[in-house]
Amino acid sequence: MIANFIDGPLWYFSLFVFFAGVMLRLGSIIFSKHKVDLSVARGPEAPGAFRTIFSRFLPDKGMYPHIKLQVIAGYIFHLGLFAVIFFAAPHIKFFDEHFLGFSWTALPHWGFIFAAQLAFLGLILLWLQRVINPVSRLISKTGDHISSILTFIVLLTGCLALLESFSSLRLLHRFSVELFLIYFPFSSLMHAFTFIPSRAFTGAWFGRRGIKS
Amino acid sequence: MSERLEKGLTALRGQMDSKVESFFSSCVNCGICAESCLFYTETKDPRYTPIYKTEPLRKLWKQEYSFWGKFSSKLGFTKTFKESDLADWEELVYDGCSMCGRCSMVCPMGIDIADIIARVKQGLSAAGYTPQDLVGAANRTLEFGSPMGNILPALKAHIKHIEADTGLTVPFDIEGADYMVTISANEVVTFPEYIGAITRIFAHANVSWTISSEAFEATNSGLQMGNNTIATELVGRIVAAAEKLKVKNVVSPECGHAYAAIRWNGPNYLGKKYTFGVVHILELLDELYRSGRIKTSGMETSRMTFHDPCQIVRRGGVAAQPRELLASVASDVTEMSDHGRMNWCCGGGGGVSANERAEELRIQVFNRKKSQLDEIKVETMVTACSNCRTVLEDGLDANDMDMEVLGLTELIADHLVENEALVGS
Repeated sequence: MIANFIDGPLWYFSLFVFFAGVMLRLGSIIFSKHKVDLSVARGPEAPGAFRTIFSRFLPDKGMYPHIKLQVIAGYIFHLGLFAVIFFAAPHIKFFDEHFLGFSWTALPHWGFIFAAQLAFLGLILLWLQRVINPVSRLISKTGDHISSILTFIVLLTGCLALLESFSSLRLLHRFSVELFLIYFPFSSLMHAFTFIPSRAFTGAWFGRRGIKS
Repeated sequence: MSERLEKGLTALRGQMDSKVESFFSSCVNCGICAESCLFYTETKDPRYTPIYKTEPLRKLWKQEYSFWGKFSSKLGFTKTFKESDLADWEELVYDGCSMCGRCSMVCPMGIDIADIIARVKQGLSAAGYTPQDLVGAANRTLEFGSPMGNILPALKAHIKHIEADTGLTVPFDIEGADYMVTISANEVVTFPEYIGAITRIFAHANVSWTISSEAFEATNSGLQMGNNTIATELVGRIVAAAEKLKVKNVVSPECGHAYAAIRWNGPNYLGKKYTFGVVHILELLDELYRSGRIKTSGMETSRMTFHDPCQIVRRGGVAAQPRELLASVASDVTEMSDHGRMNWCCGGGGGVSANERAEELRIQVFNRKKSQLDEIKVETMVTACSNCRTVLEDGLDANDMDMEVLGLTELIADHLVENEALVGS
């Protein structure tokens, strides 16, 4: 009964909330008031926007020694998570059967374990930084902690589900993913999408002033 | 809800747009911006973390524009926005932020934090949470034309001396001039040599220029305090004068925020495009130098460095010109470890230097500049902003540092090839 609910209605509901929520949030950025800048531009906006979307993947050289932990942990976490989501054999099979109709080469088992460990390590380091560092502690919101905990649970249940010994572990993973998808559009997890317009706005602003950003 | 809080919230609501939506949607509270801010690095007080300074606007956005905020509000769980949510941020935003924009260069999400802080100022200003010194400066500018009162007599007295010393004429109210020069009050009162310098340079380069006796003051207290009504009025005076005199261009003084006000913000304040161009004095000097109209001779031999004024370089895009100009008259120029668009602020921008309450903090955060200077051991620091210059001199004095601070425009004027002949005349 519960299994049917998790695999059925709750799954479709979470997908709906995720996609509709993300579209709404992005729509609210696109369709919100946007003032036209009447000053004479020194440079074009579009190349500045495009450049900044990519340039902010790397920290400023002078800043790097002061933010090493966030940068390294951030990269470890995001790359590990990316590999786990898109290159774990069960996920590829799932995408193939339910969404895409094609598949690609999966990580070997040891590769998955390595990627998952990277993601865990990065996530834990980032969360420790959040609770220990006075700056992060002051500015962090409840939602940031919920996002970290939810992501951790999804990763953990995913690793357990990989054992495939018990169907209940797979269900538990799916349930945690569903909670994650439902929470996603209403949280700072949205940065996975909104970093693009955010960087683009700032890059365009700097671009029209002739500044590399 | 008090009237002042209502005014503040109304002003903050007016700041909401697609940028704010994308910025607050993207922030993951990583705190990286703290390390870019000299008010944090020199005090280690986490409250000076740039993104924390945006809290009033962020709180309102979350309450009234986000799903959870609206949802909680319906259920009656939202904490009421209190007056302290504005009052407690006055010191952080006005004393502990020079609007230098370094944070905006490092945010991995690309959030223009300085832009958001400027919007927070709009709310604080509307609610009356603005340092009295800034309010006073704005009122004096509105009433007498300058934050230092009526400085026209002082300007005319300096000009009389300049004309006597150089045999040149400083042109006032000339219709159809190519360039209408604007000046900052600090240049008139503290660094009048700037006016002498441009007079000599323009004569040397045969530039058609003028000063408007009706609107020569370019500093903009409205921008510093975050009051667009005042900012618009002050920019409007310059625009009206430029249109009346039918000049082709308005020249911004070295002063960084004055440049931001007239060059970038002005058309948006007024809601119209200018009928004339706006150039920073360094852009004009560089153009004259490149085209061969400025010829210099001799080189400074002392070990020098250039301090980048934030609003001219990082937020204004005038970065290459001062270096090219300085290289034309100085043979031993050393860059600070962080320079150009990543330079550290002097600590007095954004109205901080005009805010006496912030003086102790300003001197404390000057330690960042001191560290930069200690690394390169120079004898002279050159800059191109009279406000930076004053703040740098204060900081050097407070730290017993024996270093000369020079204005770039004056330095160029001192090396004009006809200089000796002019002084002789």
